[in-house]
Amino acid sequence: MKFGIVVNEGPYTHQAADSAYQFTKAVLEKGHEVFRVFFYHDGVNNGTRLTVPPGDERDIQKNWTALAEEHKVDLVICIAAAQRRGILDANEAKRQGKDADNIAPGFRISGLGQLIEAGIEADRLVTFGD
Amino acid sequence: MSILHTVNKSPFEKNALSSCLGHTKSGDGVLLIEDAVYGALKGTKSSDQVEAAKSTVGLYVLGPDLAARGLAADRLLDGVTVVDYGGFVDLVAKYDTTQAWL
Repeated sequence: MKFGIVVNEGPYTHQAADSAYQFTKAVLEKGHEVFRVFFYHDGVNNGTRLTVPPGDERDIQKNWTALAEEHKVDLVICIAAAQRRGILDANEAKRQGKDADNIAPGFRISGLGQLIEAGIEADRLVTFGD
Repeated sequence: MSILHTVNKSPFEKNALSSCLGHTKSGDGVLLIEDAVYGALKGTKSSDQVEAAKSTVGLYVLGPDLAARGLAADRLLDGVTVVDYGGFVDLVAKYDTTQAWL
């Protein structure tokens, strides 16, 4: 079965980012396909590579990046939500005249159409948020 | 069409669980995750409403979130099924669609 996952909450806020990650991992372990994880609203903050959590704590961004690298999971950040919150890739940084970008490896920035497509293409769409 | 409802806030903090139970149809499922696991306990002010739902609705609670809060299985309402993340995935697959009560 194909799963789409929506993450509406940032990391280290309540628990939604952790729940979404654990759920996504379990979907893959069960042998299902993850069509896409879509990061919306404050969820876009999962995709900055500049977080520095304490060494003895889980690293939420790195966990997502590892999923993308190991399982080719498509991690998509909503562009409008990202621009408001300062999440930029190199192209967007250049286009907006900013001096740096911060998107984490494995994530990509795209539009809300990617969420609609996940809703159409996936058999199940599961939302995590606050 | 059956719906798996997910609730993630404590019934002592938000009314999401109460609203959810007021909207479920026979054959639906309700999965309590994160702070909503407190809704699976017996002897609280929300217990009666949850208990009343179990004749028509499947009630589930996420075990790892119970354990994270130090809540033992003997404190749960009868008829609530404890699942792990793999069981969460199975429930999503079992019901036709999923609705998060955010």
